Amino acid sequence: MEKPKVATTSLAGCFGCHMSLLDIDDRILKLIELVDFDKSPIDDIKNFTGRCAVGIVEGGCCNEENVHVLQDFRKNCDILISCGDCAIDGGIPAMRNNIPLKECFDEAYHDGPTVYNPNNITPNDKELPLILNKVYPCHHVVKMDYHLPGCPPSADTLWEALVALLSNKPIELPYELIKYD
Amino acid sequence: MSQKLSRIIKNACESCGNDRNRLMDIVTAIQKECGAVTLEAMDIIAKELNVQRVDVESVVSFYSFLSKEEKGKVVIRICNDVVDILKGAEDVAKVFSETLGIEIGQTAADGSISLEYTPCIGLSDQAPAVLINDVAITNLTVDKAKSIANDLKNGVLPESLTKECGDGNNANDLVKSMVKNNIIKKGSVIFAERQSEAGLEKAITMSPSDVISLIKASKVRGRGGAGFPTGMKWEFTRAAKGDKKYVVCNADEGEPGTFKDRVLLTEKFDMLCEGMAIGGYCIGSDSGIIYLRGEYAYLKAFLEKKLSQRKEVGLLGANICGKDGFNFDIRIQIGAGAYICGEETALISSCEGLRGDPKTRPPFPAQKGYLASPTTVNNVETFCSIAKILEKDAAWYSAIGTKGSTGTKILSISGDCSNPGIYEYDFGVKVSDMLKDAGAEDTKAVLIGGPSGQLIGKTDFNRIICYDDLATGGSIVIFNSYRNILEIVKSYLEFFVEESCGYCTPCRTGNVLLLNKIEEILEGKGEPSDIKYLEDLCSTVKVTSRCGLGQTSPNPVLTSIKNFREVYDAVLKLNEDGRQPTFDIKASLEVAEALQGRKSVIY
Ligand SMILES: Cc1cc2nc3c(=O)[nH]c(=O)nc-3n(C[C@H](O)[C@H](O)[C@H](O)COP(=O)(O)O)c2cc1C
Ligand code: SF4
Ligand code: SF4
Repeated sequence: MEKPKVATTSLAGCFGCHMSLLDIDDRILKLIELVDFDKSPIDDIKNFTGRCAVGIVEGGCCNEENVHVLQDFRKNCDILISCGDCAIDGGIPAMRNNIPLKECFDEAYHDGPTVYNPNNITPNDKELPLILNKVYPCHHVVKMDYHLPGCPPSADTLWEALVALLSNKPIELPYELIKYD
Repeated sequence: MSQKLSRIIKNACESCGNDRNRLMDIVTAIQKECGAVTLEAMDIIAKELNVQRVDVESVVSFYSFLSKEEKGKVVIRICNDVVDILKGAEDVAKVFSETLGIEIGQTAADGSISLEYTPCIGLSDQAPAVLINDVAITNLTVDKAKSIANDLKNGVLPESLTKECGDGNNANDLVKSMVKNNIIKKGSVIFAERQSEAGLEKAITMSPSDVISLIKASKVRGRGGAGFPTGMKWEFTRAAKGDKKYVVCNADEGEPGTFKDRVLLTEKFDMLCEGMAIGGYCIGSDSGIIYLRGEYAYLKAFLEKKLSQRKEVGLLGANICGKDGFNFDIRIQIGAGAYICGEETALISSCEGLRGDPKTRPPFPAQKGYLASPTTVNNVETFCSIAKILEKDAAWYSAIGTKGSTGTKILSISGDCSNPGIYEYDFGVKVSDMLKDAGAEDTKAVLIGGPSGQLIGKTDFNRIICYDDLATGGSIVIFNSYRNILEIVKSYLEFFVEESCGYCTPCRTGNVLLLNKIEEILEGKGEPSDIKYLEDLCSTVKVTSRCGLGQTSPNPVLTSIKNFREVYDAVLKLNEDGRQPTFDIKASLEVAEALQGRKSVIY
C-alpha cells in the first residue's frame, strides 16, 4: 500500500517548530517508514505532487503569500494541523497587530535605531508579497482540524500526535507534554 | 476651583465620618456636585480618607455612573435593554442625538448635556424609558423625545419634565415620578390586604430560634434567583461567630426585564423593613443595609423619610416595639450602575467602598460578609414574604404554591404583550396561562429568569414556574414571531460583555468570543461546526467562571441552540472549500496596497 503523504510549511514562523520536528531524532527514520514527505522545507519539494493525508503548518499569516500557501494546503491536505503558538494565535509576529502598518514600516526601514538605509528606500519589489493589515492565526483564514500548542511543541508532542493520526487512534498527550509553566 | 473642590470633598468625607468604607457615598456625592471625580479629586479624597489614590480610582473606574472625565450637568441615559429596543429605543436615541447635536457617549461642548446608553433600568413595563439625571421618563415616543430634548436645550430642569405623576407613592411629594406601578395581578402573600407590623409583633413574642424554625417550616426560598432556603440561611448566620452581624437587602434588581423590586420599594417598603427587622431579630443583628441600585435613586429621599418615620414610631432604632434590647436600624447604600453588584458578594464589596468585585466563596457571607462579619443577604421580595409568613403561619404559607416552591412569586412581565406589569402568582403557574393573562399573542419565545435564565419556545409553554421546573427571579420577557432570536441573543451577550467585572478570563474573554461568533453567524458567515464551537465555549465559560454572572451568561446561547435550533440551521452554511468566510483577503490587503502603491498580483 502506498504510504500516506505529509506536507509541512513555515508561514510567519521562525522555523523553530520545524526544528522541533527534526528533534524527534532517530525516530525520523521510523517516520520515513510510515510516511512520505511531500511539499516541505525538509525535503525542499516546492509544489504538491499529490493529495496529502496531513499538512503541518507553522506560523500564522502575515502576508498574501502565507494566505496563498495556506489555502493551497487546505486544498491538498485531508487534515491540517496548526503547529505551535504562531499558527494558533499569531504569536510574536502578531505583536504588531495593534500598531498601524505605516508605523511598522517606518520603524523597520527608516526610524529604527539600528536601521542603515542611506537612500531611505522602502522595499517594494513586485516579487515581494504584500503585507496583511494584521497577522492572522491560521484558523481565521482556513479551517484547521487540530491545534498543537507550544513554542514550539516538543518533539515528543509532535511525534505522539503524528503517530496517533497516522494510525487512526485518538491522540493521548500526557500532561507533561502540554503543560507550559 | 481647587479650593472649592477641596471644600466639597472635605464636606462629603466628613458627612461620612471620613470612613473609607463609605467611599461609594463619597464619590457619588462628588460626582453629583462636580460632574466628575477627577484625578485631582481622587488625590484629595485619598488624603482625607488615608488611603491610596488607586483605591479611589479603582472604584471610580468601575461604576458606570462615576467618571473621571466631566459629564454634562444633565446626563441622559437611554435604556438599551432588549425590550426597550423592541419598543423603539434606538429611534428615541437617534432623536435625542440629532436634536441635541451630540453622539451617544458624548458630552456637549458647553458641558451642558451628556448622552449615553445604559442597560435595563427596571422600567421594561413602560419602555422605552430613559433616566435624565435621577428622573425617570417612561413610554417615550419619537415626538416626546424631541420635545424633551428641546426643553433640556432651553435649560428646563430635569425635575420639571415630569408632567403627570404615576399611581400610588409615585405621586408622593418626595418621589414625584411619572413611573407607574402597573400592578395587574395581586396574590395572597405580598399584595393581599394585611395588618401592618403584625409579623414583627408576633416575631418578638417568640424566641429567635423559634422564628427561624417557623420560617424553615414555611419552606420559603430566596426570591433573588438562586432560591436558597431563607430559614437555613438565617440559621447559619445566627450560628456564625461574631459580635456584630448584618442584615442586607438586595435591591440592586439588575437582571434585565425585572422591575418587581421597584414596585415593592415604592408600595411595600414598610413590609420590607418589617421583614428586615425580623431578620435582625433572628440572626442577632442591630444593623441593616438596603443596597439600592443607582437607577432607583429617585426613590431614595422617599425611602429615607419612611425610615425616619419608622424610627419615630419605634419600629426602628432602640427597643423596637417596646422589646427591651431589640435594636435595629437600617441605612441605604446607593449603587452606581453595575449589574454585578446584584451578586451578593459583589454587593458586599460595594457596600464596603470597593469595586463591585465578587469575592471568592467560601467563606459565604453567612460566615464572613460585610466588613468580615456574618451577614445575610436577601432579596426585597424575600423580606416581604417573611413579614407575611410571620403574620399568618408556616402551614398557611406552605399550602400555597407547589411542594418544592411554596408561596407566591412576583413576576415582572414585559415585551410583546398588551398588559406588561406586575403579576403575583402562586408558584406553579403555567407559562401558557401567564401568557394569556398578559395578553400575549403570536408568542414565539419567552425568556424566563432574564438572560441568565432560559429562552423557551412553544413546546415548553405547558411547563410551570417554580424552582424545580422553570426558575426565575421574576423576569419574564415575551417575544412574538416577528422577533429575530439571534439578534436577541446578541443583545444579551453584549450586556454580559459590558457587565463582566473582568476578574476571570473565561467570563471576560469567553463572552466576547461568544458574541463575535454570534455576530459572524448573523452576518451569514457561520457554518455547522460553529454549533459545537459555541457549545464547547459555553461550557468552558460556565464551568470555569468564579461567580454567577459567568456561570449563567452563556445561557442565551445554550438555550437558544436547544430550543430554536432551526434558527441557527437556517443560516449556517457548509463551507466546501475550507476557507473561512469571515476572512476577507481583499480587505486585509488594502492598507499595504495603498502604502506600497501597487495591487496584489495574487488576489
Ligand atoms: C450576576 C448576578 C446578579 C444578581 N442580581 C441580583 C439582584 O439584582 N437582586 C437579588 O436579589 N439577587 C441577585 N442575585 C442573587 C444574589 O447573589 C443572592 O443570591 C440573593 O440576593 C440572595 O437573596 P435571596 O436568598 O433572598 O434570593 C444576583 C446574582 C448574580 C450572580
Ligand atoms: S511557535 Fe514558537 S517555535 Fe513555532 S514558529 Fe512560532 S515562535 Fe517559532
Ligand atoms: S464570572 Fe465574570 S463577573 Fe463573575 S467574577 Fe468572574 S469575571 Fe467577574
